[in-house]
Amino acid sequence: HQVLRIKTRNEEEVKKLQLFESLEHLELDFWINPSTPALPVDVRIPANSIQAVKAFLESHGIEYSILIEDLQVVLDKEKQDMACSQQRDRSSNSFNYGTYNSLDSIYAELDHLASAYSDIVSKLRIGESYEKRPLYVLKFSTGGKNRPAIWIDAGIHSREWVTQASAIWIAKKIASDYGKDPSVTSLLNKMDIFLLTVSNPDGYVFTHTTNRMWRKTRSKNRGSPCVGVDPNRNWDAGFGGPGASSNPCSDSYRGPSASSEVEVKSVVNFIKNHGNVRAFLTLHSYSQLLMYPYGYKCSEPADYAELDALGRAAANSIRSLYGTTFTVGSICTTIYQASGGSIDWSYDYGIKYSFAFELRDTGRYGFLLPANQIIPTAEETWLGLKTIMEHVRDNSY
Amino acid sequence: DIDDVGHRYHLELVLEDILDKDSTVNCTAEVLYHLGNKNIAPDVQFTIEGELKNTDEADNIFYNRIKSLEKELVAENIPDSHGNVSPEMEPIRLLAWVASGYVIWQNSTENTKFQLAQIKHVKQVKRSDEYLEFDYIVLLHEMVSQEIIPWQMTVLWHPQHGVQVTQDSRHPKHA
Repeated sequence: HQVLRIKTRNEEEVKKLQLFESLEHLELDFWINPSTPALPVDVRIPANSIQAVKAFLESHGIEYSILIEDLQVVLDKEKQDMACSQQRDRSSNSFNYGTYNSLDSIYAELDHLASAYSDIVSKLRIGESYEKRPLYVLKFSTGGKNRPAIWIDAGIHSREWVTQASAIWIAKKIASDYGKDPSVTSLLNKMDIFLLTVSNPDGYVFTHTTNRMWRKTRSKNRGSPCVGVDPNRNWDAGFGGPGASSNPCSDSYRGPSASSEVEVKSVVNFIKNHGNVRAFLTLHSYSQLLMYPYGYKCSEPADYAELDALGRAAANSIRSLYGTTFTVGSICTTIYQASGGSIDWSYDYGIKYSFAFELRDTGRYGFLLPANQIIPTAEETWLGLKTIMEHVRDNSY
Repeated sequence: DIDDVGHRYHLELVLEDILDKDSTVNCTAEVLYHLGNKNIAPDVQFTIEGELKNTDEADNIFYNRIKSLEKELVAENIPDSHGNVSPEMEPIRLLAWVASGYVIWQNSTENTKFQLAQIKHVKQVKRSDEYLEFDYIVLLHEMVSQEIIPWQMTVLWHPQHGVQVTQDSRHPKHA
């Protein structure tokens, strides 16, 4: 296809070209339509019609020049340039995945991923925190309408820094592996993934500015000088039962009522509105545990056998990389009875594949895990998540 | 279950040298948690099968380094927020870890699980004798309640005489 620029000298020539417009069999595509002699006429001409058009113009003495010799070449180059700059965008980046980053830095990287991998990644705002910080979820999707989905969240307890750090690494991993890794590709061809990298942004900022050991939200408690609610005792699952405190000054304070914390309510609303979430996976640290419900009671969930087997398979995947061992079991039998926990809520809501991870380490550094362990932790955790997601993909319910 | 006394646990464990992963030693222990009275530390009896590594050389290097400091050592936040520990502070951290083990033992019940979370502050105290003395404020993480508890401990150490916690107390919590 060629693009010609035609210079008309008078009204007569303009009229001749306007006649041309009506000749549909030529399949002319006017980029600038003939209207006045003052303006040039730009027209794209399919290969088959080029001879005829040029013959017409020459026989009538109408001046023209070739704007684009071969349109396909131009289009190919543009495509290549875009791919190149997206490649550059994806690789040259100041975000360091192997260090602990500020909230602003992480939020900037979410935007970067959504733009560099815009074909499969988009950023959603599912609500805002107590101090009005946005809650951002990355959606990984190859299309469809409300496909079955996997939910992953990190950093609900703000001092558990390796979880937010792992989550952003995992986001990058999913985005860059699509189309390359068969498992991720087949997963995203069937299901969507929603990833909340920082569930408790107020707490996270507080751990950077004031108290590295802060765990809870930063909501004010009526009638108490103490701030914050334990967001993982605030879910509507056995709320008020043993394993959570009624004292606002406690680090496991359940809050005044279930879902009182906006950080919790936003997730609950999102999951309910979505209506097709099949797995709920949450990241915590530390202790190296992989747990399924229940926490609020010590009795087995109905799907105990399947969840336990799947948990063990995931733990094996984790161990395969660096030998890191995870203990598998229900929350109640593995750590302690704890009421108002997120995976108890999701399980009782009907999301069968509900798991909580406690990542590295087992206490040597605890919350203060050295940054050089971030990527190894993220890598092994990803293998565990993949094992679970593959099972979810293959077992619709 | 031992009626009217408490709960006894028999443990078989493997001790692994932090500084040399291949160096392990088997250990058996009996732990008795007393009924009722929360102020008595659990009884612990143990047997180590084999010998622990000799650490004289590293001990003496650390000892001499501290002894020859012109000013008393002072430091805070070990590890820092990002998990970093400078090489010079590593023995200070290990010492805190051992000392906090004692504090944890003295304050444990069947419903607690303590870990040393961080050294908030450490200050060397000058002594006229051959011991090294450090005054620590550490943060203990209690897993069940999820509380972070500041704790003060005064620690004595000597290469030949080992570690002693001469004083310790729950540190008053800031609001």
